Amino acid sequence: MNPPVATPFFFYLLAATMILGGILVITRKNAVHSAMALITTLLAQAGLYLMLYAPFVAGVQIILYAGGIMVLFLFVIMLISIERADKERQFNKQWLVGIVAAGGLGGLFIAVYTTTTKGKILFPEGLTTYGETQNTQAIAALLFDRSAGQYMFAFEIASLLLLVAIIGAVVMAKKRI
Amino acid sequence: MHGFIQYIQSYLDSDKTPGGAGNIFWATVYILLVFAGLSVAVIAMNWLERKILAHMQVRLGPMRVGPHGLLQPIADAIKLLLKEDIIPAEADALVFWVAPFIVVLAAFTVFVVVPFGPTHAITDMNIGILFMLGVSSLSVLGIVTAGWASNSHYPLIGALRSSAQMVSYEVAMGLAVVSVILMTSLSSEGGTLSMIGIVQAQQAQGEWFIFKFFPLGLVGFFIFAIAMVAETNRAPFDLPEAESELTAGFHTEYSGFRWSLFFLAEYSAMIAVSSIAVTLWLGGWLRPFPNALTGPTWDLVFSLFPGITFLFLAAICFYNTARMPKHPLFRVQTMGLAGFGVVLALIGLILFIHGVRVRVQDIYWFTAKVGAFMYLYIWYRGTFPRYRFDQLMKVGWKVLLPTGLVLLILTALVGMRTELWAELQGVWRP
Amino acid sequence: MDAMLHISTLHYLVLGAALFLLGVIGVLTRRNVVIVLMSIELILNAVNLNLVAFSRYWQGIHGPKALHGQVFAIFVITDAAAEAAVGLGILIAFFRNKETVNMDEVNLLKW
Repeated sequence: MNPPVATPFFFYLLAATMILGGILVITRKNAVHSAMALITTLLAQAGLYLMLYAPFVAGVQIILYAGGIMVLFLFVIMLISIERADKERQFNKQWLVGIVAAGGLGGLFIAVYTTTTKGKILFPEGLTTYGETQNTQAIAALLFDRSAGQYMFAFEIASLLLLVAIIGAVVMAKKRI
Repeated sequence: MHGFIQYIQSYLDSDKTPGGAGNIFWATVYILLVFAGLSVAVIAMNWLERKILAHMQVRLGPMRVGPHGLLQPIADAIKLLLKEDIIPAEADALVFWVAPFIVVLAAFTVFVVVPFGPTHAITDMNIGILFMLGVSSLSVLGIVTAGWASNSHYPLIGALRSSAQMVSYEVAMGLAVVSVILMTSLSSEGGTLSMIGIVQAQQAQGEWFIFKFFPLGLVGFFIFAIAMVAETNRAPFDLPEAESELTAGFHTEYSGFRWSLFFLAEYSAMIAVSSIAVTLWLGGWLRPFPNALTGPTWDLVFSLFPGITFLFLAAICFYNTARMPKHPLFRVQTMGLAGFGVVLALIGLILFIHGVRVRVQDIYWFTAKVGAFMYLYIWYRGTFPRYRFDQLMKVGWKVLLPTGLVLLILTALVGMRTELWAELQGVWRP
Repeated sequence: MDAMLHISTLHYLVLGAALFLLGVIGVLTRRNVVIVLMSIELILNAVNLNLVAFSRYWQGIHGPKALHGQVFAIFVITDAAAEAAVGLGILIAFFRNKETVNMDEVNLLKW
């Protein structure tokens, strides 16, 4: 079992990439630039999943999110792109109220994460290093195994949800029903 | 210093890939080797494509630049590097600059998990095949942004068509791949997504997956072989980048070095999806008949193949040297070709040495199978007419996708037939 | 300094909270509908990061097969895909009626 290499360096690098990408998503005028910043954020998130020894979720993130949802976003941005959107106002009239509300939420987060019980902060321990060689098999056991699996019903409901979403998207975007 | 040498040598007698053993030095060496190998392969593909297409069309192809055009790719590379770098006036400069790099990154990162041998991969991820499919789907993003950033309608239409085509055929590829993963679950270690695990499952089950549950493996292989040609935008599915249709599609406005990046990414993607096909269906690095023809004599016979291949190529070089015109102007070319033949013969002789033979075998068989796929790609380009775009989408959604679904269900049923039969008997005899 | 170097679950939770805040600011302050949808994707990603970090913590307590957080994260990603598809379909229908992508110009019901 080989120990992880240079964990703090990679964590801070990926975290900085994600935060920078997030800031670029919400501040760019051009929607395509926002989309590319979001792609960077999603790929950095896949890297963080790999650091958390969750390779299957990282693979699903790359295929579905970065390779599927973002392609959908880019298609729609290009189909409805109008040049005058770049030159209008970017932030709406209630931006100050929005920032105050988000600041309140941030204060709540800070209050929760800096509470100490008996002098110890929340979740102080390091993360255990189980290997990831059986990760896919363990997730499959939770989903599909007859004796140990708990999420078969949720799986079927998720597939029904996807069917409804496909039909809904097609009906919404058609010109004539 | 001694600790460093210890660190380098500690990997040499382990039985895992450098990523699995956690050895950064050897992982970097493997990455550089794969990178260099890919560059040589792309250059060779450029020359081979032009010569083979030409010979299929009963003409000679490039003959001037080196002996039989062998230096043509180098001349092409120099021309592309020296060309003027044009950016269209209203184009978005940042996105225009970034788009080729996304495509190249996606095409090269895929090779991290490609297995050239049981320990000859950069790393062996638990999700190997999922990673390869996912990262190769990132190249769609590069194509879409390249088409949009050029700010002109031919590239935009070409990019949208190309990305629609790639996304459609990814679904068919995914279904064919899932049917193979089902087959790996029949071996004793259980199912696995890792590339090395899939080849080891083929070795344990004693047959390549293309022949398993005949004809299900074969149908899966054909679905993947068609989908991978469409995925890499190659003939006969190359409408988005054909010169007579859309004036080169999404890379119309790219010139010089940026165009060569797209071209590099296209050939690397071809080699990558061929590696997937070879690993999943054709047994990866296993030599032909690994279980039927065993024994030390057969091992010896099959291990002589790398050396014999290079000696055969050297013999072709010497034959063509003898056929060169005996004019004094051709003296440099004749000597060049003879020198190339001598180099190939030397490599062939080195490959007969026992130590080298044992190590190179797996890499040779893998590369030979991928090379056969490259020849198939060039053959398709020279033979088939181009699909129209609506025919292309029809084939992707109405032919390959239903076939893939039926194949998946049939593979699952046939693979579980003994368990299903036991279930049915349990039901009918209460 | 040592607390900064030793990466624990709390580091991932704080990062998830920061991304959540950025997504909330994006949803509340931008006019362009596509960017609001992308901010919603940021929020969903922050939630996923929390789930996977907690799954790691739970795995440390309950053994190597207790990956409930990761399964939940996969379901959230599936959900996000469905929601993005329907949201963009609505956006296309909305754009076809009124030639704009700004949210505050859809105010016909406003009195």
